[in-house]
Amino acid sequence: MPRLIVALFSGALFGLGLAVSGMANPQKVIGFLDVAGEWDPTLAFVMGGALLVAGPAFRLIFRRRRPVLSGDFELPVKTKVDARLIWGSALFGVGWGLSGFCPGPAVVALVPALATGIVPVFAFVIAMVAGMAIYERTF
Amino acid sequence: MEDFTPLSGLVGGLLIGLSTALLMLLNGRIAGISGIVGGLLDRKASEVGWRAMFAAGLLLGAVAYMLATGGAFPVAIEASLPVMVAAGLLVGLGTRLGSGCTSGHGVSGIARLSGRSIVATLVFMGTAILTVLVSGQVL
Repeated sequence: MPRLIVALFSGALFGLGLAVSGMANPQKVIGFLDVAGEWDPTLAFVMGGALLVAGPAFRLIFRRRRPVLSGDFELPVKTKVDARLIWGSALFGVGWGLSGFCPGPAVVALVPALATGIVPVFAFVIAMVAGMAIYERTF
Repeated sequence: MEDFTPLSGLVGGLLIGLSTALLMLLNGRIAGISGIVGGLLDRKASEVGWRAMFAAGLLLGAVAYMLATGGAFPVAIEASLPVMVAAGLLVGLGTRLGSGCTSGHGVSGIARLSGRSIVATLVFMGTAILTVLVSGQVL
């Protein structure tokens, strides 16, 4: 139960962070990716801010033998770069560039979309979940 | 550069970093949105609960932001509905195939200096920038 509350709180903090950062707005993300246009470096500040906390924090956290509330740190076991990593990331980047949405911001944007009736947000999230389901069935 | 918002970007980023650090310290889990949302489709029930709570938290964070500021945050989408659907499919499939997205690779992965995550981030940033460049010429 405490772990579920932590997950809810951590998710809320993450969602709040995305809303505050402006990254739930695809136009701002495209503004970062559009390096040839009127470049908006905000996204670099968001990632930089996140890494400023997470980098040193992880260093301290991984000195522990285990997390506070669970038995193990669940970390990826793969260490080698493989074709799946490259192809998957490449496809993700194309979708990100076309829409300006990556998974977190798209989910967060559902809330204002619900209030203002922006259909493409729902279409994106449904298609994204379908894409994830295709992965589950195929791989 | 008129839309450049470094301060709110940095503050949002710090919140995202804090969320990422808390989830690792307390629960030992990576705050990767594609893994969390995609993992909801997985049948291993033991890991579904916290993921559902985290996803609910994302929405709650957006609600909290809207209540605090008294309005919706901007979500401006330029892509057409069919493009958004195609982009959603690519993001869903690509992030699962590539084992992560902007959060899992771009924040958590880089924070723990994972070579795979650094490569993945460079690849999806690269194809996203290229996609914006090309779509700016074509569409």
